[in-house]
Amino acid sequence: MELFVFICSAAMVIAGALGVVLRSNPVHAALSLVLTLFGIAVMFVSQEAEFLAAVQVIVYAGAIVVLFLFVIMLLGVDRAENLKTEPLGIQRPLAIVLSLGFVALLVATILQGRDSLNMRGDGLNTAANGDHDANIRQIARSIFSDYVVAFEVTSILLIVAVVGTVVLARKRKSDKDISGVSA
Amino acid sequence: MIALAHSLLGVDPLFDGGLLWTPLLIVILKVLVVFVIGLVATMLMVWFERKAIAGMQNRIGPNKAGPFGLLQTLADGIKLFFKEDLIPERSDRLVFRLAPYLSFVPAFLAFAIIPLGGDYRDGNGGLVTWFGHQTRVQLADPPIGVLFALAISSIAVYGIMLAGWSSGSKYPLLGSVRASAQMVSYEAALGLSLAAVILVTGTLSTSGIVGSQSSLGSWNIVATGVIPFAIFLISATAELNRPPFDLVEAEQELVGGFNTEYSSIRFSLFFLAEFMNTITMSAVIVTLFFGGPQPVSIGNTTLDIPLINNSLEGSIWLIAKVLVFLYIYIWFRASLPRFRYDQLMDLGWKFLIPASLGWFMLLAAQRLADNENWDQLIVMPLSIAVILVCFIFMQLAFRASAKNRESEGASF
Repeated sequence: MELFVFICSAAMVIAGALGVVLRSNPVHAALSLVLTLFGIAVMFVSQEAEFLAAVQVIVYAGAIVVLFLFVIMLLGVDRAENLKTEPLGIQRPLAIVLSLGFVALLVATILQGRDSLNMRGDGLNTAANGDHDANIRQIARSIFSDYVVAFEVTSILLIVAVVGTVVLARKRKSDKDISGVSA
Repeated sequence: MIALAHSLLGVDPLFDGGLLWTPLLIVILKVLVVFVIGLVATMLMVWFERKAIAGMQNRIGPNKAGPFGLLQTLADGIKLFFKEDLIPERSDRLVFRLAPYLSFVPAFLAFAIIPLGGDYRDGNGGLVTWFGHQTRVQLADPPIGVLFALAISSIAVYGIMLAGWSSGSKYPLLGSVRASAQMVSYEAALGLSLAAVILVTGTLSTSGIVGSQSSLGSWNIVATGVIPFAIFLISATAELNRPPFDLVEAEQELVGGFNTEYSSIRFSLFFLAEFMNTITMSAVIVTLFFGGPQPVSIGNTTLDIPLINNSLEGSIWLIAKVLVFLYIYIWFRASLPRFRYDQLMDLGWKFLIPASLGWFMLLAAQRLADNENWDQLIVMPLSIAVILVCFIFMQLAFRASAKNRESEGASF
């Protein structure tokens, strides 16, 4: 049963990933990304990490890809692109080299960490003891005790990013006259 | 395999003896019943809304098809089925066909986690016995419970957004861009007021939340102090794109909004999804704040309906409470004028989100003081003072930004 679920969700993930790369229409690519994210959420559920699955759907599928689509629609780049023309010649060979390197890295990590994964097989075992909220309790405990500094630093980083975006996007008074003329 | 069933359907005692045929049949039966209830309730809701609005506007409303016009929705549905199905030439065909289902399916999915009945009195936990198996009167009770409802409502935005975009014309696109911005913004307020409920009850599962609201004093509307409920109701209305937040389909500005280009059965799917969502959201509100299938009880006296057994009585209480909220939504529509777009965003970002966050912090402080045996008389005024200072700072920031905007002029 678990194998069956894994095969289905893995097929979803791979089909979505291929769609992101191969579809020429940006909106279709973004939708394929949603398929991938859903596949990962299903995998989380089958590993009994329901909280992560819910957050995966709420944050990634529900907010981030929606913002992607929002930007695609607002900028009006939602027409299929001609993939024959290439603005930067070096881009494709570089992408191939980088992705091959990334695959090598992933394979190496899996080969290295296979034994330790087997050892920690009972990491999020929640259904066995019948505790409804053990999942959330475990995550909360590790976020707010062991990794509290990293967690807080991440939130500061996000705030800095938001403030930076606002500062960059804001028009200064001296720019106003120029934009007024061009408009 | 049992573990997987547990993680999908929650800690339901139905699967304790392994996955056998009877529990499987019970689950299939539940799915069918929930689906049929959903469809029939939607049909009745459309009739109810038209009839109630007609009453408020001094008209008669639908009265020809069936007794009191009850079958009007059915007649409309049959008419829509037989209409010509148009697909605009400039549309994106695949997405155009997909979009109605993307808004129709989530509307039904969210209904799966609502406790639809059962006996929650005396710590019974809503368990009933069907065909010799103990189970709950809800399709699924996943451990993430209410987060599932939140996830589904964040998925629902896709249907509207893609419908508008794939139509390939201006008005639907404007409608869908408005919709996605509105739904993403209000989801933050929705989630934060939900967090207050989770903080008070200490569980995410819907049956657990219902179980903790055993008397009128422990209903979450009282336990969380009304504010989260008010914020939840407002942002749920915005999330549903119902009046006064229906800028998505503001007919004076955008023809029909995101569904302008849709006709026939595809349009009716959007229409059904909208009403289905209203029912689901009312049921979620009742589950979270008003004790779901719990009867009204003050102290030790319970308002008991005689001659009906307790688990069936739960369903009656739930229906009664949901009807109140459905009526409130209709009332909103009949009496409130539509928001302007900047007012909508101001309300969401500058008022609802800070207010829900502040109230959540206040509840958390109160809870912490309770756990650590601190003096509430010191902790509460102190935390209120801190939140007040934050509020003053925020108002100063708003004033400064308003002044800047005035001196620089509008920049588009």
